[in-house]
Amino acid sequence: MRACEASLYPRAVSEFPLSSVPELQEALGREHYLADRGLSTAIYLAVSLNKPLLLEGEAGVGKTEVAKVLSSLLGRELIRLQCYEGIDASQALYEWNYSKQLIAVRAIQDVTAEAHVQDLFGPEYLVERPLLAAIRAGSKAVLLVDELDRADDEFEAFLLEILSEFAVTIPEIGRVAADEPPVVIVTSNRTRELHDALKRRCLYHWIDHPALNREIAIIRARAPEVSESLARDVATAVNRLRGFDIAKRPGVAETIDWAHAAAFLGVERLDEETAAATLGTVLKDHDDQELAAARLAEVVADDEPAA
Amino acid sequence: MTNPPPEAEALARLIGFGRDLRRRGLPVGTGRIVTFCRSAAALGALDREDLYWAGRGSLISRPEDVAAFDAAFDAWFRRGLRIELELPGAADLAEGSAGDQGDDLEVVEDHIVAREWHDMEEGDEAEGEASIRIVASAIEVLREKSFADLTEEERRRVARLIRRLAVQVPMRKTRRYRPAVSGQRFDVKRTIRRSLRTQGEPFHRAWRARSMRARPLVLILDISGSMAPYSRALVQFAFAAIAAGRRVEVFCFGTRLTRVTRTLRTKDPDSAMHEIGRLVEDWEGGTRIGASLKELLDGWSQRAAIRGSVAVVCSDGLERGEPDLLREQMARLRRLVHKIVWVNPLKGSPHYEPLARGMAAALPSIDEFLPGHNLDSLEELGRALAG
Repeated sequence: MRACEASLYPRAVSEFPLSSVPELQEALGREHYLADRGLSTAIYLAVSLNKPLLLEGEAGVGKTEVAKVLSSLLGRELIRLQCYEGIDASQALYEWNYSKQLIAVRAIQDVTAEAHVQDLFGPEYLVERPLLAAIRAGSKAVLLVDELDRADDEFEAFLLEILSEFAVTIPEIGRVAADEPPVVIVTSNRTRELHDALKRRCLYHWIDHPALNREIAIIRARAPEVSESLARDVATAVNRLRGFDIAKRPGVAETIDWAHAAAFLGVERLDEETAAATLGTVLKDHDDQELAAARLAEVVADDEPAA
Repeated sequence: MTNPPPEAEALARLIGFGRDLRRRGLPVGTGRIVTFCRSAAALGALDREDLYWAGRGSLISRPEDVAAFDAAFDAWFRRGLRIELELPGAADLAEGSAGDQGDDLEVVEDHIVAREWHDMEEGDEAEGEASIRIVASAIEVLREKSFADLTEEERRRVARLIRRLAVQVPMRKTRRYRPAVSGQRFDVKRTIRRSLRTQGEPFHRAWRARSMRARPLVLILDISGSMAPYSRALVQFAFAAIAAGRRVEVFCFGTRLTRVTRTLRTKDPDSAMHEIGRLVEDWEGGTRIGASLKELLDGWSQRAAIRGSVAVVCSDGLERGEPDLLREQMARLRRLVHKIVWVNPLKGSPHYEPLARGMAAALPSIDEFLPGHNLDSLEELGRALAG
């Protein structure tokens, strides 16, 4: 169990194929994920120290993407647990396949039924859910616990238990434990505050909207068909939109969509007309759209890009 | 890489930084400091930026704390810093030894004296009282009379009425489904287990239903000058709530926050009021709502039953501190609790609009905005709490 681990040098350090933060940053870049120094350090430390990484930030800043990229970078399986209100152990950990059991019960109505009852709770009737899958896969997996803020308090406490032990006891089968804990990424949109107990167990990183130049680079990496000048225009415009008093600030995903859309229309620069036609790719709230449409000249203005 | 002495020194510097953050009021427990040291060690040779990010990832976990962290970091680690760490001493730092986070949390207290507000607040409210003090002791009249206008005798009668007030305890559904005679969910598991007794024939169907659980009720009462009569009434209301439900937390604030839950639980109403008066030093001083809420959220959110509760703030919203701080802290509270009810006696006046800067700052986080200035509106509050 990791809580008792006294070493300052966790074993996992040697298994991490990359030996420094810049190296990791570069490797992430090759996977088309452009992380800044802070995020790269957080990821590096999470993997090195065997600690879950809690990522918070507005929707669309690329929290979930971190887990996806990391799994392909490390060559590990991505196991995703999407949280929602009311999620409980049977949806997150395991469940018995009741209908299969029911059929089996009907099929084995003979004198030796007693022996068969044992079989009803054998591995073939067990439905594995993400957390159990992650425990079984252990160091071969990256576990993504997505949008934990949507689940309720009790689930958080339950998850905390799993994260500290990486073992579970199924009464009918016995104890299942991970050889080594998987890499764990927890994301939250911060619609509510997570428990301190959980936060203490995790490393924490707040992902902000990227700086202008990084966002341009991200567009170029994710949408190669977009020209340099168009990428700069789109990134600048999105930056200005984020500064407006709007309900839903566009994320990086929206920026990329906008660039795609503008490039598809065949323009080299983002002008007012193109922006108006494609505004729906970047703002998804009617009031926001109206507000932006009224100030469109300001959004696509060709002066000094807002920092 | 190098000899032990400089390493021990480096380690001491790292730990010292964690302690410094704690002194600055950030909730940094020993466990976090250990993680910070391990992070630094895992990075090996560090420059200042490495150290910064190692600290940010391990020592804090709220975006609001970043500014405070940055300031502390700049003050603690000089520019151009470079540390090479291989920390043999730190190997003894077991993560398990980190049990004391809660206890050694030092809340930074600000000592702002509100003497000068005290006097100017008293006057105008008390003036009106004398002029309206006519006969009016029939209960009907009493129901609609503002708490600020009550005579001593009426106050006692109203207090008795309030205590009798039926307070509905706010309930929530629990996440778990429990076996039930009838319910929303078919219980396949139990049905199958029962069917084994009847040769696999599922004669008896079993069901599961969600059970209900009382939400905690948190009363946060402003006891500064103009609010005192209303807050006194709400303390009576708290008594009614404790009598009706199980989990109630009561905090009083003026310039500082005081938890009075314990007092209310043990004493009878009248002696409790005296006790609270003694306990709460700034009874009828000035109002610093934002700072008081911050004290509540920093100091009590992990210890008292606040998470998932229904929070009732009783205040006129005339904030003496920064409205921005209040806005921030209300947003924090909003994320922590199920529902915020703000009781503002000024709202009892038909011409009232929430224009005070403090009130305007708090408004976005509020679910229900009620007057609570007389018995009728307290009944309304009781109804609002059930939701």
